[in-house]
Amino acid sequence: MASTAGGQPTAGTGLALQSKLTSILGVFTSLLLTFIGLTAITFVIGRMMPADPVLAIVGDRASQEVYDQVYLQLGLDKPVYIQYLRYLEQLVEGDLGTSIMTAQPVLDDIIRFFPATLELATVATLLGIFVGIPMGVLAAVHQGRWPDHIVRVISLVGYSAPIFWLGMVALLVFYANLGWVAGPGRLDVFYDGIVEPATGILMVDAAMSGEWDIFHNALSHLVLPAMILGTFALAYIARMTRSFMLDQLSQEYILTARVKGMPEYKVIWGHAFRNVLVQLITIIGLTYASLLEGSVLTETVFSWPGIGQYITNSLFNNDMNAVLGGTIVVGACFVGINMLSDLLYRLVDPRIRK
Amino acid sequence: MTTEATLRGWLLAEIPTSKLQARCQRVFIGWLDFKRNPIAMIGLLIILGLVVVAALAPWITTSNGLELDLANRLKPPSSQHWFGTDELGRDIFDRIIWGSRITLYIVALVSIIVVPIGLLIGTVAGYMGGWVDTVLMRLTDIFLAFPRLILAMALVAVLGRGLENAVLAIALTTWSPFARIARAEALTIRNSEFILAAQMQGISTVGILARHVTPLCMSSVTVRLTLDMAGIILTAAGLGFLGLGAQPPTPEWGAMISLGRQYLIDQWWVPTIPGIAILVVSLGFNLLGDGLRDVFDPKSGN
Repeated sequence: MASTAGGQPTAGTGLALQSKLTSILGVFTSLLLTFIGLTAITFVIGRMMPADPVLAIVGDRASQEVYDQVYLQLGLDKPVYIQYLRYLEQLVEGDLGTSIMTAQPVLDDIIRFFPATLELATVATLLGIFVGIPMGVLAAVHQGRWPDHIVRVISLVGYSAPIFWLGMVALLVFYANLGWVAGPGRLDVFYDGIVEPATGILMVDAAMSGEWDIFHNALSHLVLPAMILGTFALAYIARMTRSFMLDQLSQEYILTARVKGMPEYKVIWGHAFRNVLVQLITIIGLTYASLLEGSVLTETVFSWPGIGQYITNSLFNNDMNAVLGGTIVVGACFVGINMLSDLLYRLVDPRIRK
Repeated sequence: MTTEATLRGWLLAEIPTSKLQARCQRVFIGWLDFKRNPIAMIGLLIILGLVVVAALAPWITTSNGLELDLANRLKPPSSQHWFGTDELGRDIFDRIIWGSRITLYIVALVSIIVVPIGLLIGTVAGYMGGWVDTVLMRLTDIFLAFPRLILAMALVAVLGRGLENAVLAIALTTWSPFARIARAEALTIRNSEFILAAQMQGISTVGILARHVTPLCMSSVTVRLTLDMAGIILTAAGLGFLGLGAQPPTPEWGAMISLGRQYLIDQWWVPTIPGIAILVVSLGFNLLGDGLRDVFDPKSGN
């Protein structure tokens, strides 16, 4: 990408490259440490769980011999750190245990449920980006006047409102009363199972097999939850864009550009916004990650069969393998996306180097 | 009139004559700034309103919000039941009022846990520097990178469902930004002359941290705490909504929405009104936090 253009003319290019490499290495170190921390926590939770892990497998009518056998198999007689290392080994192999509820490997379940969450969070983030950024720029350009006030109020309400409540009210108005969109779920019942899941993302699958009715139906189901989830993204992105833009617009190079007689739209989009865009990478990454996680509540309201609902349902059935597996996968995505955006930021922005 | 004038004069005197006067002056001048900001004032009024309502709950309400009245199930809002009644005939207005105590309880409990931990870790890391700093900040970063709601859910799964466990889970995922802030403040303070003076007087590290460093972190920690309050309330309500936080019949607002969900279409007021309560309070904290930030740190405010 723009990494080669990163070196400032004053600093030696070799030196700049080296410091950039160091900072990238730093990102990977903290990524690794965070993963170790995450797995340590899920490991502790797994050990602390109220039910006996052996009983959960053999049932309470098993004989003592069977119990002891499984006890040894699970390595519960070994020291804690050995157990942890074993746990890590299993994780790396993709072994998250078996779900009690679905009687299938947790990883398979997650692969089945994850695309729905991914679809929801992606569309919501895109909404946040394409509506939030122009709103933020508009507000900054008209600072203190009515467009600014409107944008500020929208973003304030956007992240003060409980998302599950907003979703409920939206269902009441747009589905129950106005009938503009389809109701809860991903698809109407009679469309179920027609399209062969290839990517797991219904609209893509439907489009690929040319089932435009299904595509339309899936879209109609998706619009409302994506908009509700997107409200938070929009609020956050608009607010940050506004504040970054204000920062840039008060800089001297903007004054210079204006004095030179550069047209205002060029000053805003060509000069100020370009610098803001780099800062926004981190914000967008942060938003995307938090939406992947935050979709839990939206999924519950809209009966959206995603990973959030999977975790919640497992929780109520005391299916700890599923809960912890889901936590690890969502946590890993969360951490991974954050680190990725951090990395991208370091690559793109020439000023970041320590 | 004259006493007011002299009080004002005392508060705005050029040269304070006592420690008390200096302190009062700082608060008063901050207040004058704050008062000019109408948005922040609205926030303050909302939060004060919440506190007053919670304190006066026994006098405002006509029931304790728990008694069943099955003859009056799901009644729409009327002069008798301002916000209507729920599926068990309980007055929703009364339940909202009693619920305000739970909201304040959550907020207070999280603050009591989170602020001391954050301050301790942050000031020690910033003041001591070196490997202590590295280790503590790595730990903080790890917690900062965790997904909050999911981790809280997993913790509640182990600890058991309930309000206190939900609070504990939220606290565990909330302290890290405070450590970051306290560390940043401690870093800027630790080389100042008054710290050097204190060191030369032989005051112990603990004493310096507690008496000199911590007080200077308080304003930024307070601002951050106020801004975080909304998030804390929303997470607690979310856990309540999922059935992992406060358990029925507790009139916790999130749990009330969860129970009222099935009546959404025909009796909209049952789940809708608790949501409005959550929205208003979280809006209040956000507005207040924005205002406080403008007063304490005019640069980042814009």
